Amino acid sequence: MELLGLAYYWVFAIVLMIGFYAVIAKPNLIKKLIGLSIFQAAVFLLYITMGKVEGGTAPIFQDGISLYSNPLPQVLILTAIVVGISTTALGLGIVVRIKEEYGSIEEDEIQERDRQ
Amino acid sequence: MSGLAHHLPALQVIVPMLSAPLVMLLKPRGLARAAATAASLFAFAIAIAMTMGVLDGSTYSYRMGSWPAPYGIELAVDRFSALLLLIVTGASTFALLAGRHSVDADIDDSRQPLFYAAWLLALAGLSGIPVAADAFNIFVFMEISSLASYVIIAGGSDRRALPAVFKYLIMGTIGATFYLIGIGLIYLMTGTLNLADMELRIHEVGDQKPILVAAGFITIGLALKAAVFPLHVWLPNSYTYAPNAVTVFLAACSTKVSLYLLLRFDFFVFQGNLAGHDIQFAYFLMPLAVLAILIASGVALFEQNIKRLLAYSSIAQIGYILLGASFVTVTGLTASAVHLFNHALAKGALFLAVGCLATSCMGMRLSDLGGVAKRMPWTAAAFIVAGFSLIGIPGTVGFISKWYLITAALEHGSLGMALVAVLVISSLMAVVYVWRIVEAIYFADPASDLSAVKEAPLVMLAVTWAAALANLYFGLVPEVPVTLASSAAETLLEHLP
Repeated sequence: MELLGLAYYWVFAIVLMIGFYAVIAKPNLIKKLIGLSIFQAAVFLLYITMGKVEGGTAPIFQDGISLYSNPLPQVLILTAIVVGISTTALGLGIVVRIKEEYGSIEEDEIQERDRQ
Repeated sequence: MSGLAHHLPALQVIVPMLSAPLVMLLKPRGLARAAATAASLFAFAIAIAMTMGVLDGSTYSYRMGSWPAPYGIELAVDRFSALLLLIVTGASTFALLAGRHSVDADIDDSRQPLFYAAWLLALAGLSGIPVAADAFNIFVFMEISSLASYVIIAGGSDRRALPAVFKYLIMGTIGATFYLIGIGLIYLMTGTLNLADMELRIHEVGDQKPILVAAGFITIGLALKAAVFPLHVWLPNSYTYAPNAVTVFLAACSTKVSLYLLLRFDFFVFQGNLAGHDIQFAYFLMPLAVLAILIASGVALFEQNIKRLLAYSSIAQIGYILLGASFVTVTGLTASAVHLFNHALAKGALFLAVGCLATSCMGMRLSDLGGVAKRMPWTAAAFIVAGFSLIGIPGTVGFISKWYLITAALEHGSLGMALVAVLVISSLMAVVYVWRIVEAIYFADPASDLSAVKEAPLVMLAVTWAAALANLYFGLVPEVPVTLASSAAETLLEHLP
């Protein structure tokens, strides 16, 4: 049962590797960025799951409740999500500029055109 | 410390960060540059003031919003961070003072305010990393500086900057995300993000495996950001196709900040807690450092574009810095820390000279630069001074770092002798690649008519010479950087068991 108890971590690791694979293997720049977003999303999952306290409620102060989930990881990951969005947006912006200059968003074709 | 002095660590970040949106609003021509330069100069002054403050061994500790440290966010400046702040703010100020021609050539007038705003954000992020004492804050500053650097690198008029920046964005984000995974695992085990608190809490952790995994993620992530061989592939093209002013700024400080963080994190948090970690650290980084030194210098020997040649030389210099650190001794770490400063001076001056050459030369290939020294004697002379410093001729800062590095290597017996041989070979390679440039600009036949080539504007020359003379000054009077570096080495090693 120990394997199942670690299910969260398996999900994290698998999602992380799916994203990483896309970043490395796909020649299309947009697909690379999608991979990068999946890669980051995996880390968000890691953080969110670690905040869960078994039997704890939402971290709102109330009478009669003494066990709360840890709110800090969620706050941290909110910041990381903003960073992730900015990165994706900037990446897409660069892809638009690449398309304007090279007429392609395939990595091999771009390299081809630079060699000419 | 009282009054304003107490707030300096916060101001170091806040000044450039809040100047950025203001600069963005300054539409009239030239105003944005003036404001950005002023903000950068102010940040440089703050860094100098803090260096003065910590020279006697005291440290700054600033509690954001007066919340006490492991719960609130702490900013801390000791002598190691002060050294980095000097490098970052100094590089930005020099690059901005000399950068007018390069920015005007590459960026439309209407977009310059945005460019300078991004520049100041990069400065804020890069100076935030040495100041912050909280692992997550460091991540945020790292991403601020990276995102802003991608923008200013992509500002180049050469279209090849775009694929280069895309590659940098992908690799930089992977690096930052690895770092985030690492601090996530540590937080999971210790429940703290404050670096000082982390060190104490890791002692109490029973199962060290997650901490070891975290150390791996953080080391690899930061190595990506620092362009440690073989994770350097983003660097050459980014430096080559960026506007010259941006190359001066980033080549002098951005990889240095990541290296600083790598050392600080490893020595503060992991070395004292993980059994045998000093050996893992040394055996992992030493081979990479040697490969970086030999292979990157070798590539530089055959490179035709001088910006890319200098970029490969930077990768080799990162190898020197890591090699010093991998000895895990006071002399080794002193060599590392002092080379952070010295290489920033040498490479900054070289890229400033490249910027001067670019004011009237058409291309940056060796064949484009034939014989320009006759028309640009001052630029060429500054290039030679900085080149000597890169090689490590006595009397320049490069010699000081090599001296410490060789002393540290000699403490290591027969392995040390082999490493000294590596250092000598790579210095000879540096002689060759610097000579190739000198030969081209002094002795080669001009490829085209040189009558239009004239000396760079006075301001640029003055800044370039200031940087070149700093190479000589700190080579002859090395007290300040060496004091900062050796006490940085001592603070790092205090955490060893």
